[in-house]
Amino acid sequence: MLSKRVIACLDVRGGKLAKSIKFVDTKDIGDPVEKARQYYEDGLDELVFYDITASSDGRDIMIDVVERVASQIFIPFSVGGGIRSVADATKLRLAGAEKVNVNTAAVADPHLIQRCADAIGAQSTVLSMDVLRVDPSEKTPSGYEIVVHGGRTRTGLDALEWAKQGEALGAGELVVNSIDADGTGDGYELTLTRMIADAVTVPVIASGGAGKPEHLYQVLTEGHADAALVASMVHYGHYTVRQLKEYLHERGLKIRMSY
Amino acid sequence: MNAVLNGSTVPEPKRLIIIVDYDAGNLRSVKRACDAVGINSLFTSDPEQVVKAGKLILPGVGNAKSAMATLRRSGLAEAVARAFEKGVPILGICVGAQIILDRSEEGEVPCFGFIPGVTRRLSPPAEKRVKIPHMGWNEIQVEQSHPLLNGIGRGDEFYFVHSYFPEPAKAAAVFATSEHGMRFSCAVGRDNLFATQFHPEKSGKIGLALLERFAHWNGSYAE
Repeated sequence: MLSKRVIACLDVRGGKLAKSIKFVDTKDIGDPVEKARQYYEDGLDELVFYDITASSDGRDIMIDVVERVASQIFIPFSVGGGIRSVADATKLRLAGAEKVNVNTAAVADPHLIQRCADAIGAQSTVLSMDVLRVDPSEKTPSGYEIVVHGGRTRTGLDALEWAKQGEALGAGELVVNSIDADGTGDGYELTLTRMIADAVTVPVIASGGAGKPEHLYQVLTEGHADAALVASMVHYGHYTVRQLKEYLHERGLKIRMSY
Repeated sequence: MNAVLNGSTVPEPKRLIIIVDYDAGNLRSVKRACDAVGINSLFTSDPEQVVKAGKLILPGVGNAKSAMATLRRSGLAEAVARAFEKGVPILGICVGAQIILDRSEEGEVPCFGFIPGVTRRLSPPAEKRVKIPHMGWNEIQVEQSHPLLNGIGRGDEFYFVHSYFPEPAKAAAVFATSEHGMRFSCAVGRDNLFATQFHPEKSGKIGLALLERFAHWNGSYAE
């Protein structure tokens, strides 16, 4: 039986680890590779690096970060942020990333998902979606809308429909990030996560809002998520990865405990 | 493509692990993992070097059909078969574990036939509601002791990404199993050949330890 995964997300800007609050204010908090290494030693199941740099210089720094991570951390990791083409995805795969996350560019060109899946495999193609709670409307009947550009631009796309479309186009996994919950520490968006997890057959990673171990438990049970993504709660040292895993294990979830 | 040596000195061939390069995609991660634990390795697509190898890793992601086609076309299939017959210790990983049986259901392709059996698609009963591919961390159960599985205990987990698995005809070739809506073999072997469906190079320290044991393995069952 598969274990539920605890995944740490590191936002990288110009090679440095940054942490955003509600996707707006970002500050640098250290070397991402150093942090990643610490989490790996502590039993982390998977890593996500999100490149929040806009410049092309930043892209090269990101490739360097990926190569450094790949040479010292032997668990799966994915990279996202600014991936616009199969060439971008292939470059990151070759640098050592297990999976590549597409987001904004896939909304503009959904077949990017398919092309990535053809080139690097569905299991390596992750669709990452930023979701905003809205009043249900004709266009967004689920009451959740996809937003892009780090949460700044609304798309009019219904989140539930987008998740199903992403799976149909070949995404092997979905990251469901709630813009409303992100950075609050008040818990994941359980309704959203569960709605999407129940509608697709690929694994769902819940993202945004984790502040307490209890939140991870909730989203992995009530939220039907396969994995829980954490950021600030471990970056700022409020909890260690090990503490989170021990908590989930004690609550009876199947968690990888020997490492 | 010629072999690329890692580092400035040429290691003694016997102690060097040759990673068979058939463009299967995860060569670099296997090599990085070897580097991290101080195992000398290089990848090559030169059949001569494969035949002369002291130790071989047969990696792989992708699918059995394309893997076998590439291996045959390049002459590497014959080289790997000769190395196996000579008693060279071989470690297969993922698709590298799926192409050592008689054939694979994936693409209905004839394979090496080192171990009698068939590579089959994971087909757990629908009511189990498990997802295919089987992707993530899962426990393995050791079914028979083997030098490469030394020290692996209950609860030890490895990283899997696959839809097919090797199913040897005889239980004697099954060294470990795992469970994903159904029990399936995830470590198989015979004589100087051992292969894992999981990825030791992505399975943290437990996985690196398996690679280290392979580096010290003489290809026999005796400890």
